[in-house]
Amino acid sequence: MNVVSSYLILAAILFCLGLYGALTKRNAIIVLLSVELMLNAVNLNLVAFAKWGIAPSLTGQIFSLFTITIAAAEVAVGIAILIAYYRSKATSDVRDMNSLKR
Amino acid sequence: MLQQMIDNLSSFFGSGSNIMFLIFALLAIGGAVFMLNLTKVVHMVTSLAVTFISLAAIYILLQAEFVAVVQVLIYAGAITILMIFAIMMTNHREIDQSIVRPLHQGLVLIGVILLGGLIFYAVQRAAFPAPDVDLATNNTENIGLKLFHEHVIPFELMSVLLTVAFIGAIIIAKREED
Repeated sequence: MNVVSSYLILAAILFCLGLYGALTKRNAIIVLLSVELMLNAVNLNLVAFAKWGIAPSLTGQIFSLFTITIAAAEVAVGIAILIAYYRSKATSDVRDMNSLKR
Repeated sequence: MLQQMIDNLSSFFGSGSNIMFLIFALLAIGGAVFMLNLTKVVHMVTSLAVTFISLAAIYILLQAEFVAVVQVLIYAGAITILMIFAIMMTNHREIDQSIVRPLHQGLVLIGVILLGGLIFYAVQRAAFPAPDVDLATNNTENIGLKLFHEHVIPFELMSVLLTVAFIGAIIIAKREED
């Protein structure tokens, strides 16, 4: 077992927990939070391969910085949409967000 | 067999970084599991903050100090606080009772476990040669040099994207007065 395997397995566990939360939780804020957890797991992969991968270099860390930036932008827009939605429909339950289906 | 296992264990626990990795990995997974199992949304966000901070500690173990500090600043600082703000502005008294669709939840659980097993199998099968490099010395300086020499255009695009996203967020969330 190599050194990097333990980091990859930790990232896989976190990704699976985040996926489970994103698919089952009802509160839309918690769904956003689970997506953040999945992005964090991917970040952990990038940083682990930057140190223990086949071609280790700082580029992996720089890539993870870009991912963190995208995550921040995503969560800001997502929360803005949630607040606007809550203001018009007075709910943050994802099961009530089906007005396109009706 | 047992002797070999004990030898492996003692060599694993002989190194300090392995012990630190074990502690912070357990903290990270524990925070995520508590996030899935707690009922109040504020408690969920707080337990996920534990996960974010222990992931920052794991980044330090991987010689990525700058990424670790950015992780604490952005995730444990900004995103967690933003989530708590969003909870306060929506229905912060709601108890999240998710156990209402057992079939859906069971299917998702099976799928997630299958995905995790697949990734576990692939990681165990793959062989990663581990050339030992030193990323820790002058980590921040080297990241800055690389960022402003090789990755200037993505960096500038990222600043444009952040500006667009935040102005868009303000406009979306702004109360319509007229």
